[in-house]
Amino acid sequence: MYTASDLRKGLKIQIDGEPYIVVDFEFAKPGKGQALYRTKLRNMITGSQFSNTYRSNDKFEKPDLEERTMQYLYNQDDQYHFMDTANYDQLFLTKEQLGDNINYLIDNMEVEVLFFGARPIDISLPIFVNLLVTKADPWARGDTSGSDTKPVVVETGYQLQVPPFVEEGDKIQIDTRTGEYVTRVKE
Amino acid sequence: MLTVEGLHVRAALFRSIRRFFYEKGFLEVDTPVRAPLLLPERHISPVASDGWFLQPSPEQFMKRLLARGCRTIFQICPCFRAGERGSRHLTEFTMLEWYRVDSDYCDLMRDCEELVCYVLDDLAADDRFQSLLDRSCLRTVAVDPPWERLSVAQAFARHCPETVEQALATDRFDELLVEYVEPYLGRYGPAFLVDYPAVCASLARLKPNDESVAERFELYINGMELANGFSELTDGVRQRARFAEELAILEHQDGQQRKMPETFLRDLTAIDTAAGIAFGLDRFLMLLLSESCIDQAVSFGPDELG
Repeated sequence: MYTASDLRKGLKIQIDGEPYIVVDFEFAKPGKGQALYRTKLRNMITGSQFSNTYRSNDKFEKPDLEERTMQYLYNQDDQYHFMDTANYDQLFLTKEQLGDNINYLIDNMEVEVLFFGARPIDISLPIFVNLLVTKADPWARGDTSGSDTKPVVVETGYQLQVPPFVEEGDKIQIDTRTGEYVTRVKE
Repeated sequence: MLTVEGLHVRAALFRSIRRFFYEKGFLEVDTPVRAPLLLPERHISPVASDGWFLQPSPEQFMKRLLARGCRTIFQICPCFRAGERGSRHLTEFTMLEWYRVDSDYCDLMRDCEELVCYVLDDLAADDRFQSLLDRSCLRTVAVDPPWERLSVAQAFARHCPETVEQALATDRFDELLVEYVEPYLGRYGPAFLVDYPAVCASLARLKPNDESVAERFELYINGMELANGFSELTDGVRQRARFAEELAILEHQDGQQRKMPETFLRDLTAIDTAAGIAFGLDRFLMLLLSESCIDQAVSFGPDELG
């Protein structure tokens, strides 16, 4: 059990049987008044957010959350299949659950799958992933009139802006937190 | 953590405050920081110290000095409150308290006006602090007295979707005060929130002509609470009844029995009329330095001690 005084940014708590993460937190206490714990919470399953103020005697269950290392296998329609690297169990998450993460998933990639009880609810990717550029306009050397980036498409179908020297067939590193280009990778 | 320049401002602030009170004829006192017994208050958790407690406020001993015959006294001292930690709260913080006999909360409000103006003039006279004061948020509020005096009832009517009575009835007074009222207090100049509901009286006297409210006020600047002052309740019988209620609530909270502060109650009856105030100096320095976190107004924040 957590009490309100344990609340802080990043803490995961359970409310009405669902896991929430504290995304904003502020302690307040008017003179001679009671301690107030003002929080903004995000539902870890639905992503919806709400604000609430708690008091010292409020208590919260710890959500049963566990991360397991799994390998991404393939997708079929909106289902993305993963395999537990320890016991070869297979499961899938939906496109909706994965959100922007699908932009960076390639076959055999290892990710951490977050479970709430027996239920997979989210994945966390490596911060940096290397992806193959599958479509890029050629760079007109000496062209100084254009902008300093151009759009390319990578093997997952994700489109992003990169420096003009990046060509089709290159591997580039992408920051999965921002979705932005980091560097060209030599292999 | 304060920079070296910040430490100079803090020292100059303390020096100026002391000079202000010396010039007004106040006696500077220092009372014990540890005590075996505290005045019971439901919303204050003390820090234990070797079987005793660190003071959450020096009020009990300062009022006993009034009973001994002191007329106007002040003190700058560390205070401790368990579990209070946030951008405006430190478990250990620095308080200025002053007490005066034959006075009421209106006298304290005038003291506040004079003190803040005196200190700002003092700092402004020092070339070293010019650029800092120009940046200070105390420059954007008009500090010339008289400051606004807004009753709690008026403030709720003006800023909050519910009345004070509704807030109290649903036990949401503090919550609604923080959410709807406080952010708007002292925006354009320091403001006093006055006449608290009688149930929030603490150790304050009720208003003689309207016992539904207590002669208690809080000073706000820029939405931040800086000070809490009141006309002291010196009626021993009434104060004993209030303490009994607080003791019952505290015992209900943690199952521990506490003693009635008998010596304090005995001394209290030796005081005729008096008023006293607690003023948070770290928060005042936050305003001077335009800092949004109290850690930046002390020499070492709690995260920098290890």
